[in-house]
Amino acid sequence: MRRIDPRFVPLLGTIAVFALTAGYGSVAYTGFFSAQVFLNLLIDNAFLCIVGVGMTFVILSGGIDLSVGSVIALTTMVSAELVEHRHWSAAQAIPLVLAIGTAFGALMGWLIQRFRLQPFIVTLAGMFLARGLCYLISIDSISITDATYTAIAQARVPVPGTGASITVGAIVALSTLAVGIWLAQVTEFGRTVYAIGGNEASAVLMGLPVPRTTVLVYTFSGFCSALAGVVFTFYMLSGYGLHAVGMELDAIAAVVIGGTLLTGGTGYVLGSVIGVFVFGTIKTIISFMGAEQSWTRIIVGLMLLLFIGVQRIIVFRSERRR
Amino acid sequence: MNSLSRHRLFWPFLTLALLLAANAIFNPGFWQLQWRDGHLYGNVIDILNRAAPLALVALGMTLVIATRGIDISVGAVVAIAAAVAALMIGGELVVKNGVQTQVSRFPMGLAIVAALAVAALCGLWNGLLVAKVGMQPIIATLILMVAGRGVAQLLTGGQIITVYYAPFFFLGNGFLLGLPFAVFIAAAVWGVLHLLMTRTALGLFIQSIGINPAAARVAGLHERLITVCVYVFCGFAAGVAGLVISSNVKSADGNNAGMLMELDAILAVTLGGTALTGGRFSLAGSVLGALIIQTLTSTIYSIGVPPEINMVVKAAVVFVVMLLQSAEFRAALRALVVRPAAGGAP
Repeated sequence: MRRIDPRFVPLLGTIAVFALTAGYGSVAYTGFFSAQVFLNLLIDNAFLCIVGVGMTFVILSGGIDLSVGSVIALTTMVSAELVEHRHWSAAQAIPLVLAIGTAFGALMGWLIQRFRLQPFIVTLAGMFLARGLCYLISIDSISITDATYTAIAQARVPVPGTGASITVGAIVALSTLAVGIWLAQVTEFGRTVYAIGGNEASAVLMGLPVPRTTVLVYTFSGFCSALAGVVFTFYMLSGYGLHAVGMELDAIAAVVIGGTLLTGGTGYVLGSVIGVFVFGTIKTIISFMGAEQSWTRIIVGLMLLLFIGVQRIIVFRSERRR
Repeated sequence: MNSLSRHRLFWPFLTLALLLAANAIFNPGFWQLQWRDGHLYGNVIDILNRAAPLALVALGMTLVIATRGIDISVGAVVAIAAAVAALMIGGELVVKNGVQTQVSRFPMGLAIVAALAVAALCGLWNGLLVAKVGMQPIIATLILMVAGRGVAQLLTGGQIITVYYAPFFFLGNGFLLGLPFAVFIAAAVWGVLHLLMTRTALGLFIQSIGINPAAARVAGLHERLITVCVYVFCGFAAGVAGLVISSNVKSADGNNAGMLMELDAILAVTLGGTALTGGRFSLAGSVLGALIIQTLTSTIYSIGVPPEINMVVKAAVVFVVMLLQSAEFRAALRALVVRPAAGGAP
């Protein structure tokens, strides 16, 4: 039997965990194994998938982005304010919020790169800032009644051959995944991100555009957060400063469960999205069980522990081989 | 003057003094103290009282950061400790011999010890993951941050547990010698820690681990043991803070108690002049940092600005502080400022 390339082991592990959790759910609960339940995973976690793609690049480069949840909240808030109170059309509001998120990410990336600040602290401050800005717009939730937004939110695209359907948000998530895989595997940008995560000093010596790529990584993550915010706006049809609290941690958890090493340099965009599905499946199983949702956090915590533990062993073994 | 401004506590002190001065201008009655019912009342006392839990958490965080670590699970530990204490004390109104008395489920001492033990266990877990398993501190504590919040929610059943037991309220609401009791708790923890760090070699050990863990190990330090102990203490301090908070609000809220407290604590430590890269640390600085944060919050409330702006202000403060700590930024600033005035007084 041919040995599997060790680079794929974490990814295969994630797929196995997803198969196991989904399999358990299907065996234990009738009605679990249906196309719609699985498509709902994608629909209900579309924003997390999008954020996860951006986060994967940040973590691959050896950084971290804690601002994603609050950028989502800011996006929902700005969209709701513009559409409801200023009577902008969706076609005007969406490009603007995407630009805001992208600029926000670029600013943080520039601070991290130019002044050698720790990504953890910069994005932490960014998290405070974005949430604070939400409250500057309004303390209360603004619900969206705009015709375009509600139409997009309610639109369902049938999936041929299953009788099930997905939302626009889910399609955006799948597109983001495709773009993410392309960026990581085909472009020079992707290769540079892997190189920075592997060893930043070597990447610089190899003449790779490290400073530019570092800024771009956070810019891309900011864009993904804003895009997730747009999808989240469709999903919730409201803008609120308390939307997506703690989502940065869910995203980091999904990326880690997806097999990306937190030290950077190793991992796949696809893994993160499967990590999101594992996360979603656990949530679905818990709601099927009728247990309290607080168990989700505990199980996700344990799963994080398991995956990081396995990662440690893999890294340890590869270090010993050297 | 120059040596004064070089003192590590100079900047935190100056910030706090400026904030207090601004308060006095906005609110002429700011410094007024009143003696009522044998206690001191006033804005300053209020700030001290409210800053006590944050100062406690920041003290633990200081030591963790000094060893090059970080503990982002403290908020969850605060919630867990509060939930354990509230569950074990509970409290009911019972009529005994015709007199209404409040009865706790377990003796209060036992409940407090249990809550602190659970908090210290949380710290032990973090410490073992960091020192024995060798995880990055932010990730190791991320696990407890995610799972711990779930545990706290599970303990409280997702509800707010109200405590009906008057003696417990003393921790967060009581007064001793006219001052809030919580201030004494924070001061005692700081005092003990200060003695440990200055009278024994422990402070030096912690610093050397932060500066270079490998060198510290080669020099014969029990680097791992000390790291574990530091995390245990951080958990313990968060537990004490959890007790004070739950006693103050007479309840435990698994969902929101200690929410985002880790960020405030890290901010307090950074404001106090301890660099996040580890090494030299200042306990007094972190206490000052906690006071700065609380004064800022109180100021925002008292000048009538919506409290939500607090977060924007905090974010601005973090950005300024971390830019000032960055050597690259100082160099860029010096290039901007010094060059035109070259030859002037240094």
